[in-house]
Amino acid sequence: MKEIVIISGKGGTGKTSITASFAYLGGKDIVVADCDVDAADMHLLLKPDFKISEDFYSGELAKIDQDKCNSCGMCADVCRFDAIPVINGQYIIDPLSCEGCGYCARICPTEAITNESLNVGKSYTSTTKVGSIIVHAKLGIGADNSGKLVAKVKNEAKQIAEKNSSDYIIVDGSPGIGCPVVSSLSGANFVVLVTEPSVAGLHDLKRVYELVKKFKIKAGCIINKYDINTEKSKETIEYLSSENIIHISNIPYDENFTKAMVNGKTIVEHDQGNLKNSLIESWEKIKNL
Amino acid sequence: MKIAIASGKGGTGKTTLSTNLAAYLAEHEEVVLVDLDVEEPNSGLFIKGDLVHTEEKFKMTPEWIEDKCSLCGICQEVCNFHALIQLGTQIMVFPELCHGCYACSELCPTNALPMTPKKMGNLKHFQIGNLSFVESRLDIGEEQAVPLISQTQKYIEKHFQKNTIKLFDSPPGTSCPVIEATKDANFVILVTEPTPFGLHDLSLAVDTIRELKKNFGVVINRFGIGNNDVIDYCKKEKIPILAKIPNSRKAAELYSHGALIYNEIPEIKQQLENIKNYILKLGERGRR
Amino acid sequence: MKIAFTAKGTKWDSMMDPRFGRTKFILIYDEEKDELTTFDNRSIEGEAHGAGPKTAQKLFELNPDILITGNGPGGNAATVLEKTGMEIYIGAGETTIKEAFQAYKKDGLKKF
Repeated sequence: MKEIVIISGKGGTGKTSITASFAYLGGKDIVVADCDVDAADMHLLLKPDFKISEDFYSGELAKIDQDKCNSCGMCADVCRFDAIPVINGQYIIDPLSCEGCGYCARICPTEAITNESLNVGKSYTSTTKVGSIIVHAKLGIGADNSGKLVAKVKNEAKQIAEKNSSDYIIVDGSPGIGCPVVSSLSGANFVVLVTEPSVAGLHDLKRVYELVKKFKIKAGCIINKYDINTEKSKETIEYLSSENIIHISNIPYDENFTKAMVNGKTIVEHDQGNLKNSLIESWEKIKNL
Repeated sequence: MKIAIASGKGGTGKTTLSTNLAAYLAEHEEVVLVDLDVEEPNSGLFIKGDLVHTEEKFKMTPEWIEDKCSLCGICQEVCNFHALIQLGTQIMVFPELCHGCYACSELCPTNALPMTPKKMGNLKHFQIGNLSFVESRLDIGEEQAVPLISQTQKYIEKHFQKNTIKLFDSPPGTSCPVIEATKDANFVILVTEPTPFGLHDLSLAVDTIRELKKNFGVVINRFGIGNNDVIDYCKKEKIPILAKIPNSRKAAELYSHGALIYNEIPEIKQQLENIKNYILKLGERGRR
Repeated sequence: MKIAFTAKGTKWDSMMDPRFGRTKFILIYDEEKDELTTFDNRSIEGEAHGAGPKTAQKLFELNPDILITGNGPGGNAATVLEKTGMEIYIGAGETTIKEAFQAYKKDGLKKF
């Protein structure tokens, strides 16, 4: 079993479209994990059935039992997040400001405050339109993506892959350089970095690769829209070779990239030309690494 | 006049809109552009100016004083974030994990954990003509973006007049940093693309902004590349569409070089003009 | 020598867990007593943040001489482990416990 994680430091590089194409090419025997839970979009292309769902809890939120509260105000005094305003004479928790530190509950003299586990979203195990299994998640408003949710999505996917003796797990990784992306990388056999040849693209590629290096995972890179700025593409390729990152492929700027998405299809289903071929070649190359 | 520019998803053109709109408005007005995407601040790649001020930003975290500690273990028990742990006869603090709730410090019976400032990032203030540009950058390894966003907003509050137009380039997503960046705004501009991904992420962002009870409008970037679903959605939800920025390979090329686009592409300038009129009208209404 | 492993199961032929902070089990092999003991770490799944230091703290209490794992601990956990003075070997994420142990004996693992 090989776990392939696809990440890009920057948004809008085409990571999810490319990942969905690989998932399509992988057929029914692979397992897909959508760890980009802030913008979980893969389901729009792979059309899973949302068959099994499970509530997901992360972090805590304070709750005041108004019957027990004697309005002493100590909770509001110690709260550093201004999360306990007085509304109509009652101390109320503002759920968007509460960090769940539990300080108020600890010092409340009448034990009116409790910490409740926070339901932040749902995770799903579904069958996609090609018959493969996808594990994905949906976060509620203001909920933070965390290493915990990513770890859960990946764990589920791994267990299914082990049970079915799948050859590949394809992971759509989290954005940024924080805890979630660390969790998406953990345990991976190969990392695919998707970038674009722009000032911001290269800047963010370098930042996220610093993180990959720490994990000592072999990495390859796909340059999307490579012909939009050939100079930057050249600069990117030089960076790749200086860091021993495999240069997997260049994908041309092509409006079919977006049109496939508009039709709810992966690129390899929609396009019949160069774009499709470059993705098939990329996938074959990744598989054989 | 505070306007937050946000988007549910990364890469929709939030920074492109923020920087071009700021530069365009600054041709006639006093404008401040603030990059609150402190994890990945990219506006500075497009706006160059003279550095007029820079400062280090600190957050408060506990510092262990060994001589005062009785090793009672209360601190590690009260910390919900595992930002400090007891190892034998030592207490270790992990400032990056600390949310700054003060519980360990204030509940320590021997005052062995005073809160002390720890650097979390830098703020830089640039000036170019009418345009002030302020960016904050989180140090690598820091996990908490919210304190830096909040301090940056305080800096803006202190140094700029109330009626100056302030544009806040907000972090992507729908989680705490976005909420922190938009909660004081008078108006929120949501940037999206006319695609299924764009629509899906826009609808999440709309839910969030509604939860915050903010007035908001939508700008459609790369207009023409996708379908009409975003427009239909906005109609159905009665959300004003402030502008439709046409899709253009040239825009993508200019962007890739770190250049502003509105002076090169007249259609885009026209769309910025629409947004400008909308904003100025809002400002007038606000003053009345 | 006491050797710790991050593991998905509790037996010699169980697979290693490549993750440090969120490892399911910690196994300790005591070479002198020829004894393999298990510590359940699954409660860590309930933690949103700070899994690394928390697991490191547990390891500190167990006090092995050597740790064998997959990816290697993250920054925070590494700081804790530094204090313990134990030697850390990585790169054994995809094998069984037994294979990882043999690889270590043949100097086949990378020192962290």
